[in-house]
Amino acid sequence: MTRSTVSGATAISRSRRSRVLGRLVFLGPGLTYLIVLLLIPLVLVLSYAFFRRGRFGGVIYELTGENFTRLVDPLYLDVVLGSLKLATAATLIALLFGYPTAYLIARLPAKWKTIALIAIVLPFWTNFLIRIYAWIVLLSGPGLVNTLLGKLGLGPFEFLYNDGAIVTGLIYSYLPLMVLPLYAAIEKLDPQLREASANLGAKPARTFVSVTLPLTLPGVITGCMFVFVPSFGNFVIPELLGGGRSIMVGNLIRDQFLTARDWPFGATLAMALIAVLIVLLLLQAWSARRA
Amino acid sequence: MRKPRLLYVPFWATYVFLYTPIVVLVVMSFNAGKSPYNFEGLSLKWYGKLAGNATVREGLVNTLIVAVGSTVLATVLGTLLAVGLARHSRSRLLDGLGVLPAILPDLVLAIGLLVFYSTVKMTLGLHSVLLAHTVFGMAFVTAVVRTRLTHTDTSLEEASRDLGGTPVTTFVRITLPQLMPGITAGALLAFTLSVDEFVIAFFTAAPTTPTLPIVIYSMVRFGVTPEINALATLLLVVSFTVVIVAQRVTRLTESLS
Repeated sequence: MTRSTVSGATAISRSRRSRVLGRLVFLGPGLTYLIVLLLIPLVLVLSYAFFRRGRFGGVIYELTGENFTRLVDPLYLDVVLGSLKLATAATLIALLFGYPTAYLIARLPAKWKTIALIAIVLPFWTNFLIRIYAWIVLLSGPGLVNTLLGKLGLGPFEFLYNDGAIVTGLIYSYLPLMVLPLYAAIEKLDPQLREASANLGAKPARTFVSVTLPLTLPGVITGCMFVFVPSFGNFVIPELLGGGRSIMVGNLIRDQFLTARDWPFGATLAMALIAVLIVLLLLQAWSARRA
Repeated sequence: MRKPRLLYVPFWATYVFLYTPIVVLVVMSFNAGKSPYNFEGLSLKWYGKLAGNATVREGLVNTLIVAVGSTVLATVLGTLLAVGLARHSRSRLLDGLGVLPAILPDLVLAIGLLVFYSTVKMTLGLHSVLLAHTVFGMAFVTAVVRTRLTHTDTSLEEASRDLGGTPVTTFVRITLPQLMPGITAGALLAFTLSVDEFVIAFFTAAPTTPTLPIVIYSMVRFGVTPEINALATLLLVVSFTVVIVAQRVTRLTESLS
């Protein structure tokens, strides 16, 4: 009796010990890494938003709200709103082309489906900067588009260094991220629901608006986020296709950190970026719960 | 069921849009002339120029060092973390922390790390890029391995534990072999992402240790040259091969396990 209780107790303590050991071995290294190289850096940089900048760069640890007042200065607010506008335009156009593409891929025969999907992601696996460079070759003054237009007796036009070029670059970079979640959502859809709608006399457009679109809405929102988030904070595309002016939040943040050396204000702008992201994540969670 | 004809317009437009720039780069890389815009006959001279470009070579070596190092680190840490999160924790907060690097804008992660390195007075170089790339590489390894974990049978692990196996022996002899396809896929993903990563490397590399994307960035900013077309074509061939091989390999390991 006593013996069995004792061995039972050691068994329990051994199993508890092994549970603690398991946590330590499996969760320990990864979480330590993430705390040191992700959480601490994030908290550090965001806390800078509340401090004053040093006269020669660096930070003076003295609480202030001036960075936030500066954020709503029309000069900077225009940049934030401009970025929102360009990122929204890129997202909507990507959706406009991505939805029909995903829809048709989902209804291809199995073999073609795989090929069509790989063909969508393949450009995405090539170097990001080279994909942007390709658009400089196509769009610039003596570029190929103008050469072709010239043969038709048109142009030359300046396609590069404007908002249109930036939006084109953003769409080109992130379109695959729109198509994939849309494809997943459309693929999951039960075809019987569409048939039922048709049998009840709905025209294809009506079926799309009342059945297909609402049921694939989580995929639409995920795709839109995947395009919007990297577009909104981008600085490379506006730099290379937009002519190098500080035109999007990403450029402004980069400049605060690398040229102006105003880290507190750069941190405040980064905070605005994260705030927009959180709003979008909440929207996505809400739509997923409703579906 | 009837397929709406009208949808084929945006469908084909999407593919034409995606492939036109790529085809143009590849064709222009074989251009004999100096102009990046007018094709003046076939030649391999830009490939020759590229082979002689020391900056590109250095960038490539730096990129490979960072990619291999961060992939190894990310695969080990990410695999352990995935198992830890799935089997030894029920915290949704920790789950969130695991995927955070994948959804965080790269610019925010980049400036966070820059500020952190400067606060702890760490000099920038290949090591700082390697540590930075591990952060997001790990998030993708964790995500892929976790997905795989949800499809594996837990009864084998339970049996091992009932027979007195410690968490470590259970992991090494039961869990790990089952996870291999996920680990391979996660490692390939971490490697490819590291090779391509620009923004984080741009902020965390030293000017003396640029990675290939940083070299490409300064080449593109400096001006349009057919040499980039040759580099682009080579990178295209490499990444297309990696994607297709990865597709085969993951399917192969999948069928073996």
